[in-house]
Amino acid sequence: MLQQAFNGLVGGAFYAMLALGLAVIFGMLGVVNFAHGAFYMLGAFGSYVLLDSYGVNFWVSLAVVPLALGLVGVLLERLFVRRLTPLDPLYNFLFTFGLALILQDLVKRRYGVQSQPYPRPALLDGTVDLGLFTYPAYQVFVLAVSLVLCAAVWLVLTRTRAGMIVRAATERPELTRALGVDVGRWVTPVFGFGIALAGFAGVLAAPMRAVNPLMGADLIITVFAVVVIGGLGAIFGSVTAGFAIGLVSALGNLYVPALSQTMVFILMAAVLLWRPAGLFGREEALS
Amino acid sequence: MILSRLAARPLLLAAGLVAVLALPWMIYPPVALDIICWALFAAALDLLLGFTGLLSFGHAAFWGSSAYVAGLLALRAGLPFPLAVLGGALFAAVLAVPVGYLSVRLRGIYFAMVTLAFAQMIYFVVNQWRDLTGGENGLQGVPRELAGLDLSDSFVFYHAALPLVLLGLLAAWRIVRSPFGRVLMSVRDNPARAQALGYPVQRYKLLAFVLSALLSGLAGGVFALGHGFASLESVYWTTSGQVVMMVVLGGIGTLWGGALGAALVVLLNDYLVTSGFEGIGIVTGTIFVIIVLVFRRGIWGTARHLVQDRARRPGGPPSAAGEPDGAPAPTGVGSPV
Repeated sequence: MLQQAFNGLVGGAFYAMLALGLAVIFGMLGVVNFAHGAFYMLGAFGSYVLLDSYGVNFWVSLAVVPLALGLVGVLLERLFVRRLTPLDPLYNFLFTFGLALILQDLVKRRYGVQSQPYPRPALLDGTVDLGLFTYPAYQVFVLAVSLVLCAAVWLVLTRTRAGMIVRAATERPELTRALGVDVGRWVTPVFGFGIALAGFAGVLAAPMRAVNPLMGADLIITVFAVVVIGGLGAIFGSVTAGFAIGLVSALGNLYVPALSQTMVFILMAAVLLWRPAGLFGREEALS
Repeated sequence: MILSRLAARPLLLAAGLVAVLALPWMIYPPVALDIICWALFAAALDLLLGFTGLLSFGHAAFWGSSAYVAGLLALRAGLPFPLAVLGGALFAAVLAVPVGYLSVRLRGIYFAMVTLAFAQMIYFVVNQWRDLTGGENGLQGVPRELAGLDLSDSFVFYHAALPLVLLGLLAAWRIVRSPFGRVLMSVRDNPARAQALGYPVQRYKLLAFVLSALLSGLAGGVFALGHGFASLESVYWTTSGQVVMMVVLGGIGTLWGGALGAALVVLLNDYLVTSGFEGIGIVTGTIFVIIVLVFRRGIWGTARHLVQDRARRPGGPPSAAGEPDGAPAPTGVGSPV
């Protein structure tokens, strides 16, 4: 059971990283990025292609791929997303949906639907003795990295001046503007950062999950449910919900296997009944 | 020549009816069937998106679950096809009650995400309940018959199914034109004002959601029986996205525009599949991106805008802005977050 709980936390780490990216983008731009799963998939494929064609190892990919995808995100925001933000948020949702279809099928056309292998980095190939059970070292690494990452983002947001501006602009854009902060200047880097985060999660996923064009498509919908549970726009809530949902669905899987995949959606329905704005959400989501 | 509005409407309707009747002679009958089913599905979604201002991104749940229920009713219970389809549509409507109850409390983009998540829940259930649904293989060998008549020929089935689909479209049109439809539009344009006027906004939204699900279910049931199978794809989120694309392409809030969008998307998909092009998503995704970026009124919406623009010039009839299907401004989908 402890081992299942650990599996759940590792799975939850991916939910948390993706939910974190979605949350900062949503908070800053009001955009729900449907293509977030596609960028996660591109992250995994990026590291696969770099290794397969150029022999670039995992550690380099982990730095290079998110950076490259972050730049793509910056371009995307500058060229397209920016033009749609003054309109109804639904248009950006539809735009990123179209983008997700394009990215997914471009990769599918080039590499087919079968999964591509990606070996674990040699350094993390073994197992770790955790006292009560042994566990694959790579999974432990993923969990640790995601925890550190989420904590780092949290510290940046709460302890630095830049983080303060981002949080202020997220919660009260008008007031922040009125105080003389150029909110527009922060929008592009935050969007790029969110995309880079998705790519980073993708690179991390490559050695332990199937690298295939559809890997992001199903995950993103689960992450949407996670974000709804945590409260959209609530950064802390999204991350916490990510880990919690991973844990709960892994334990649920242990006792009621038939419900393993629907668990998160059942939880979402329950949370909506109890707190329609999400566990940590603000009431503005409600009509 | 500018036709007067009075003459234009019956003429357009007659032309549409003739086109629908002649469709299976002009194109491959199964494709014709696809077009009318998706057209009804698109109209059902537009009822919600265009007239109530709610973007449901999970309508595959209703189209697909009805496909399975209708298929099972025909396959296991041996019901004739119209009854099986109605059974499926009713199931979709019943399913829409709890889903809608939970979803309509949220607005705009939140609503879209939640409907999407619920639809994915239905997808997992259908996928896992293999004994009943056939899992990844879908439900196969669904009989198509009515009072001993064999309808397995697509051409014959098209004409047997057409009355059901037209009935559904008529219902959508009536709903939009009714006082109830007016209330929906006031909810879309200004929920707070509608509330202040004494309309129970949530209940109206829920009712619109259930009606939309019922009509989507009708379309999905006809689609499944017409092809003799229900597939897992019918409950997948790409199906929800596809129907949204049809509505946006045709023009949000135009009702008939959705049908036009459906016809174009089905024909395009058919062309791409027969020409062996892999990666339909690249093409449909690009269309999506282009219409969202530069063509937000859609085809029907743009056409009507042009016609009305002309009519509004000196000497023309008064503006039609108050019409029940008057185009909402391109920025007017849903309430801003």
